[in-house]
Order: sequence, then structure tokens, then C-alpha cells
Amino acid sequence: MDTSFLIQSLASVVAFSSPVVLASIGETISEKSGVINLSLDGSIALSAMTGFAVAYISGSVTLGMLAAMAVGTVVALVIAFASITLRQQQVAVGFVMTMLCTEMADFLGRPFVRQAGPSVPHAPIPYLANIPFLGPVLFNQNVVVYLSLASIIAAWWYIYKTQPGLKLQGVGERPESAFARGVNVNRMRYVYCVVGGALVGLAGAAYSLSVRLGWSNHHTFGIGWIALAIVIFGGWNPWRVAAGVYLFGLLKTLGSMMQRNPAFQSVPAQIFSTAPFALMIFTLLLISSEGVDRLLELLPPRLARTIDRTIRGRPPGGLGRPFVS
Amino acid sequence: MKPDSRLANFLLSLAPIPLALLFTTLLLLIVGASPLDAYRNILQGAFESPAKWADVITACLPLILCAAGMCITFTAGLWNVGVEGQIIMGAIFATWVARNLLWPQVPVLTTMILAGMLGGALWGALAGLLKVYGKVHEIFGGLGLNYVAQGLLIWLIFNPWKRAEGATMQGTDPFPAPAWMPHLGNLRVAPLAVFLALAAVVVVFFLLRGTRWGLELKGMGKNFRSAFVLGVPSTPRMLTAFAACGALAGVAGVVVISGVRGRLIPEVSGGMGYLSLLIALLAAYRPQWVIPIAIFFAAMGVGSTRLELNMQLDSALGGVIEASVVLAVMLVGGWRALLAQRRRQEVQP
Repeated sequence: MDTSFLIQSLASVVAFSSPVVLASIGETISEKSGVINLSLDGSIALSAMTGFAVAYISGSVTLGMLAAMAVGTVVALVIAFASITLRQQQVAVGFVMTMLCTEMADFLGRPFVRQAGPSVPHAPIPYLANIPFLGPVLFNQNVVVYLSLASIIAAWWYIYKTQPGLKLQGVGERPESAFARGVNVNRMRYVYCVVGGALVGLAGAAYSLSVRLGWSNHHTFGIGWIALAIVIFGGWNPWRVAAGVYLFGLLKTLGSMMQRNPAFQSVPAQIFSTAPFALMIFTLLLISSEGVDRLLELLPPRLARTIDRTIRGRPPGGLGRPFVS
Repeated sequence: MKPDSRLANFLLSLAPIPLALLFTTLLLLIVGASPLDAYRNILQGAFESPAKWADVITACLPLILCAAGMCITFTAGLWNVGVEGQIIMGAIFATWVARNLLWPQVPVLTTMILAGMLGGALWGALAGLLKVYGKVHEIFGGLGLNYVAQGLLIWLIFNPWKRAEGATMQGTDPFPAPAWMPHLGNLRVAPLAVFLALAAVVVVFFLLRGTRWGLELKGMGKNFRSAFVLGVPSTPRMLTAFAACGALAGVAGVVVISGVRGRLIPEVSGGMGYLSLLIALLAAYRPQWVIPIAIFFAAMGVGSTRLELNMQLDSALGGVIEASVVLAVMLVGGWRALLAQRRRQEVQP
């Protein structure tokens, strides 16, 4: 395999993964504060449709992206209001919003199905794009991809390196202690749920304006569920979540290469379309089952602990639990 | 409670419906369609003739079966999102029977129903096994298994079970005549399917109301830890709950292929798994409420196909109405609980 082919493949993995990165980083922020936004799959579909529709009508990709973010924000607000203020089950509200948004996207998006519209222009970053290897992979892309990369670093830096980020962790881990320390737990949860929702909305725009251009029914096929699973796989840590997304993207690219390879012609196409979801179950099984514990016990304790810490993360202590002061 | 406050309560409990309709009316205005025309088309499309009534009844039967099953899993506090896949596996198992066992009608239909129950139950239990022994949350396990079942279904239709004249999205060849559920006159309703759906509701009602198993599920759903401490064997209860729900979903699959289509089709589940989840939520896991809600959902689904024909609107509006009613019920319910709590706090400071 020559280098230019490798670079090209990796660059396309980075580009194609950008919506999932944005969505799962958004979800990580929301879940870090204790709110599960289960609506991802619907939220992405609705914001993808809105983003494309607004860009199509106005001709402005920027407006489309902003509209998509607004949609993600509103969906997150509904979930925050219902689960925090009205204390409904987060999972139930999230699921209903998934259904509602998916149907709304199909209903409202009908005039835009399979229309050709604007897309986010390619914009290599000067100087950085000339770095050997890394340049063409990371910096010879478009704005959406840069935003997805920035979101990883920004989320990690904010959560682990700043004072408000520490409060965010506290709100998610031990809401009672955070409250005793004078943090307005529920207001913080509103804020981070909405910020996460905006990123999810941007993920939708990334899908319809950059990765798979345009809109059609079932356009975003199951991508939200994958993103939700990757947040668990990544142990609620932005770097590891991102690593999970890129690993997933890499496997998917390998899969489609295999599918095109004549040697695998006899393998039914359904195996390739189902594989991501089978993989999702399998990885969740791998990181959480007790079988892994038994395997780890066979290893020297220090090594076992390191492996345990690298492959799994603990969910925030207050995840999914309403906080009543 | 004063009589007028009881009336007020009743009226308030109906408030979600106008709220949801207000929302869908807004959406219709956004796409520039006349809301009145749209609602009229939906109602006419669902109820204008006996044939339409029959379609609504036919459409609500699999929903009733699945939602009744989900009352079991929800009672146990489990999110069985894998119903979609359980319908498919039920249909696949029953199709195998219909294609391979060329018996007279009564034995072949009985075997198909049992095979469908087995297929659905196995797929449901698999999600349960993943949860209990693999610690994979049932939402992800179930969803993943849905996509796997869908993949298997398409593969079967396009490879081993393809039509004599070539594989299409139309599905397999029609079943031999004995594998079709008999219809009522020239209406498209199969009385056997109606019986199965009603029987499912009755059985689930009494299982949850009158058996120790049901009580233990309820305990697990209300407070998993204390149920466990009090000696409820949680693992077998969870697995049986998943399997029972899966079995009913499998019957729904049989009803679709043998009572309506007469062959295995790629969209045998067609989102019914997710719709019936909404129904079970709206029914607050009480099986007796599943029937009217399923009829309402089925009417929206059947009626909204009219929108495509007459108004060039997407039939997804039916789904929007259904989901927004459920959302409105949650919001109004939560709001009323919040107000009641504030009032109580004012009374006793």
C-alpha cells in the first residue's frame, strides 16, 4: 500500500466521521452533566433536514448550519425542560423526541428529497495543510471537519482543565455535593444539555451539507444510536470518545473497501450494512461483560488495572437521575 | 374531591390532544397546506367505508399484540426497544413453517403461530441475555438486534427465499393457501388475528394483575434493589419478561404475513415496534388501555396515507400526530404533578 493511498483513506475517515464526532462530543457534554439526550437519532435527522432546507432556500451554508444548531438546541431544551423541571423519565422523553423528530424530518423534508443543493466548500488551512502526512489528513478539509476536531479539544480542555468544567463534572458525578458547594445544579444541567444539543444539531448539518449531501428519507440511518453507543464505549471522555468514532469510521471504510473487492463478491451486501450494529453490540459486550473481568484476573494486577482503565470508563454518578434540592 | 374538580381533572387529562393538534396545525401551516383539509383527509381515509374500518382494525392488531407485550417488559422496568426485531424473527420462523410444512390449514396455522412465538421469544431473550450476562443496556442490545434481524430478513428474501422469477423488494412468493389466515367475507380482516390480539390483552392483564410472576415484575420495576433483597429472582424474571414480550411480538409478525400479506415482505415490521412502544407508554403499561390507543394510532396511520394521494403531503404526519400526543401527555402530566406538589408545599410549609 503506498502512502498517498493511505493518506487519502485516512483523510476520508476523518471527513466522514465528522458528524459522529460532533454528535458524540455533544452527547458527552450533556451526559457529563447528568442528562441523557436519547433523542440523538431523531435530532440529527431533523437538523440535517433543516440545515439542508435552509441552505437550499437561502443559498447560504452558514445559515443552514446555524438553523441546524437551533433545531438541536430546541430539541435539547424540550428534553431538559421535561426531565429537569417536570421530572419525567429522561429515557422516555428522549425516545419520544426521537420518534417525533424523525417523523417531522420526513414530513417537512418532502420538498427537498433528492434535490441538489449547496455544500460546505473545501478549505485547506494554509501552511498547516503542507505538514507532511498530518497536513493532508487533518487540515486539507472543510470547516465542518475543523469544527469537529476543535470540538474534541475544546470539550476535553473545558471539562478537565477549567474551573467551570470541574463544576460540570461535579454536577454530573455528585449533584448533592455540588449543590452543597453552592452550584445551581439544575441550571447547569440545562446549560450543558443545550450546548450538547447545539453540537448535535451541527452534526446534522455536517451530515447533509458535507458528508452525504442533500436529504432523503432515512438519510441519517441509525447514526445517532451509534453515536450514543460510542459515548459509552469512550467512557465519557472526549479523547476516547473521538478515538472510538475514528476507529468505527476506519472499520467502516475497511468494510466498504472489502465490499468493492472482487475477492469478497460472494459475501452478501446485508452483512456489510448490518455489521456496524453488530459491532456496536459486540464492543459494548466487550467493555462491560463480566467475562472480561475474569480474563483480567489472569493478568498481573498492575497490567490488569491499566487495561481496565484504558478500555472502560465509569458513567457519571448522577447520570439519568433527577436532582431534587 | 368536589364534583366540579373531578370534571376539571377529566378535562385536563384531555388537554394533551388539543395541544398536539395545535402543534401539527402549525407544521401544516409551515408547509402551506390547509390543516382542515389534512385532518378531514385523515379521518375520511380511516373511517369513510367499512373497508377502511377493516383496514384500521387490521393495522391495529399487531400494534395491540406488541404493546401488550411491552406492558410486561415496562412493568418490569425494562426498555424492550428490540420489538421491531422480534416481529421480524417471528415472521421469519413462521415463513419457514409456511414454506416447508405443507399441511392442512388448522395444523399449519397453529404451527406458524407457535413458531412465530418461538422466534420472537428467542430474539427477545437474546436481548435479555445481553443485558443480564453482558451488561449491555437493553436499549442498545435491542436496537442492534433490530438492525441485525432486518439484515437477515433482507438476505433471506434476496437469496434462499427469492421469488421464482427473481428477487425483488416485493418479498417472497405467496404462501400456499392453507398458510393464509381466513378473512371475514371480502373484508381484509382475519378473525383469527382479532382473537389473538384480544387474547393477548386478556392474558397480559391477568398475568400482571393476578399472578406472583406479575407481582414480582412489578416489584422489580418499582424498586429493583428492594425486590432483589426481598428475594425476587431477578435474572429469570427479566429473561421471561423479555421472552414473553418477544413471543407476542412474534405473533404480531405472523399476523402481518399470514393475515394481511400472505408472504414475507422486507418491511414486515415497518416501525410498528417503535409505535407500540409509544402506545405502551401512553397506556402507562395498563394492557386494557392498549386497545383504544392502538385503534387511534392505527387510524392515524391508515388515514394519513390519504395525504400522499390527495394533498402531496408526506404520510409521516400521522407519526407526528402520534408522537406529539405522547409528548404532550408527558408534559401536561409532569406539569400537573409539579403544580400539585407546589400546592402541597404551600399547605404545609
